[in-house]
Amino acid sequence: MSKYILKRLLQLIPVLIGVITIVFILNQLMPGDPARMLAGEGATEEAVERVRVEMGLDKPVIVQYINYLAGIVTRGDLGTSYKTGVPVLTEVLERLPTTMILAGISTLISVGIGVPLGIAAATWQNTLVDYAASGLSFIGVSMPNFWQGLMNILVFSVYLNWLPSSGFYGPRYWILPALTVGTSCMATITRTTRSSMLEVIRQDYIRTARAKGQTEYQTIVRHALGNALIPIVTIVGLEFGSLLGGAVLTESVFAIPGIGKYMVDAITNRNYPVIMGGVAILAFIFSICNLVIDVLYAYIDPRMKSQYSTKKRKAEVTE
Amino acid sequence: MSTLLEVKNLKKYFKVPAGTLHAVDDVSFQIETGTTMGVVGESGCGKSTLGRTLIHLLPPTEGQILLDGKSITNVKKRQLHTLRKNMQMIFQDPFSSLNPRMSVSQAIGEPLQIYGLVKNKQELDRRVRETMDTVGLAARLADSYPHELDGGRRQRIGIARALVLQPRFIVCDEPVSALDVSIQAQILNLMQDLQRENGYTYLFITHDLSVVRHISDEICVMYLGKVVEHSPAKELFQHCCHPYTKALLSAIPIPNIDVKRERFLLKGEITSPIDPKPGCRFAARCSYATEACRQESPELRELSPNHFCACHHPLM
Repeated sequence: MSKYILKRLLQLIPVLIGVITIVFILNQLMPGDPARMLAGEGATEEAVERVRVEMGLDKPVIVQYINYLAGIVTRGDLGTSYKTGVPVLTEVLERLPTTMILAGISTLISVGIGVPLGIAAATWQNTLVDYAASGLSFIGVSMPNFWQGLMNILVFSVYLNWLPSSGFYGPRYWILPALTVGTSCMATITRTTRSSMLEVIRQDYIRTARAKGQTEYQTIVRHALGNALIPIVTIVGLEFGSLLGGAVLTESVFAIPGIGKYMVDAITNRNYPVIMGGVAILAFIFSICNLVIDVLYAYIDPRMKSQYSTKKRKAEVTE
Repeated sequence: MSTLLEVKNLKKYFKVPAGTLHAVDDVSFQIETGTTMGVVGESGCGKSTLGRTLIHLLPPTEGQILLDGKSITNVKKRQLHTLRKNMQMIFQDPFSSLNPRMSVSQAIGEPLQIYGLVKNKQELDRRVRETMDTVGLAARLADSYPHELDGGRRQRIGIARALVLQPRFIVCDEPVSALDVSIQAQILNLMQDLQRENGYTYLFITHDLSVVRHISDEICVMYLGKVVEHSPAKELFQHCCHPYTKALLSAIPIPNIDVKRERFLLKGEITSPIDPKPGCRFAARCSYATEACRQESPELRELSPNHFCACHHPLM
C-alpha cells in the first residue's frame, strides 16, 4: 500500500510541471502589460521599463519560464505577488485554512444530508419519500449559489438576526456560507447516492441478505450501502477538491478571505505569479484529494485492496 | 414419512404495464421430510418465482403454504424472521449472490449472528469452521473474499451460508447451472451427502433434466406458471405423459454418437404469461393440440398412482 502511495506521489511531479507550463503559456497569451499596470496609470515610459527589468519581464519567455521552475525546485519559491510583494506561497497558505474550513463544513453538511436522503430515496423508490428527496435535490442544484447566499443573509441575518452576514471570524460566521455551498453539493450527492443504491439494491446478494433473515435496516446499511460507496466517495472527494479551489461567488457574497476570491482578484490585476502559484498549489491539493479517494477505495472494496496485497497471500488463496 | 411442506393452489401474479403476469398459477404439491422435489421447466416458467414465494422472499398472491401442517402464508414480520431460520435458499449465481465486501467467514457467520446462535467470537469461529469443513471449504480460505475464489468454491460458500442455520427446508434455485460440469457433480454429490446425514428437505429448481434425475425423489414439470406433470422421478423418466415433458426428455443429450434417436422438437411461440387466455398454455407449441386444448385449461389428474398430468391427450 505504501509503495502504491509513493508511486502515486511521484506521478504528481509531471502533472504539476504540466499544470505550471500550461498556466505559464496562458499567462503569456493574456492581453495587457503587467509592468505598466504595476507602475501605475500615469507612470512614465522609464518607470515602466524599470519595473519591467526589476520583475525580470524583459527577459525572453523561455528564460522566465526556466527561472520560475528553478525557483520552485531549489527554494520552493512560487514567486512574489506583484501587488503586495509577499511570496505567493505565504499568501495562499494564509488563506488556505479559511477555504479548508468552508469546504470541510460544506462537505459535512452535504454528506450528512445528501447520503441519508439518497438512501431513503432509493429504499423507498417511487414513493413520496423518493419524490421529496428528488425535489429537494432538484431545488438545491438549480439555486445559484450567489442568489441562495443573498437569500440566506436576508432570512437568517436581516430578518431573523440569528447569524452574522459577512466575515469569517468564528463558527457562527461559518454556518451561512457553508450552508450555501453545501446545498448544491448535497443535491449532487443525493442523486449519486440514490442511483448507486438503486443499482446495488437490485443485486442478488441483497436478496441473499434478506434470505439470511437480516433485518431491512441492516440489509440496507451493511450490505447495500457498503457496496454503493464507491461512486459516492468519488463524488464527495471531487466536490471537496473543487471547493478547495474556492467557492468564488459564495466567498464574494459573504466577504470571506478565501483562495477563490484571492485568485479572482489576481486574474483581474494580471498578477501573474499569484495566478501561476495559486493554480499550482490548487492542482497539488486536488491531486492529493484524488489520491486520498483512491486509497479509500481499497478500504471500501476488498477487490481493489487485493490489487495491493502481497503476492504471498494471493498464492495462498489460489493454491 | 411426514409431510414437511405443503403448497395449496399457490398463485403469484405480478402487475406489469401490459397487464397481470401469471408467474405461478395454481400450483399445489407436497414435499415429504428428507426428500427432494425437483422442479423443472424452461427459463421464465416461474420456477424461481415459486421457490422465492415459498420462502417468502416474495409475498404470495393467493393460495396456501403449510410447514408442518401450519399455515405460513401470511406471516408477520417477526414470525417471518423465525421462519427464515427453518427455510433457506441456495441461489443460482454464486458470482452475484455473495456480497463482494464480505469475507468467507463473515458471509457464513452472519446468519448465526442475526439469530444470536453464538455467544462469542470463538464459538462463531468454531461454527463457521465446522460448516466450512462440512461443505469442503479449506479453513485457510476463511479470510478470502468471493472474488478470489472459483465458482465451485463460491457455491460452497452459498451452501454453507444456507446450511449454517441448520434449516429444515432448503430451496435450491439452480445451484449448479452456473458451474462447470465437473464441479456440478461435486456440488450435487455434496448436497446429497448432506441430505443423507442431516435429513434436509430440498426443493431443487433446475432446467437441466439430467441434474434433476440425479438428485430428485419427485419431479414437478412446470410450463408457464402451471404444473403440467408431477410424479416420482423414476416414473417420469420411464413413462412421461405430457407432450412437454416428452419434448424436454428428448432434449437430454446422450453421450454416445452412435445412438440416433427421434427428437421431439417444439415449434411455435411461447404463449405470453401476461393475462393468459383460457385453454392449455402449451397448446400453441403442442403437436397433439386440438380445439378442446385451446378452449379449456386441463386439470391436473392422477393417471396412475402418484403420477399427475395436466393434459387433455396424455401420452399413455
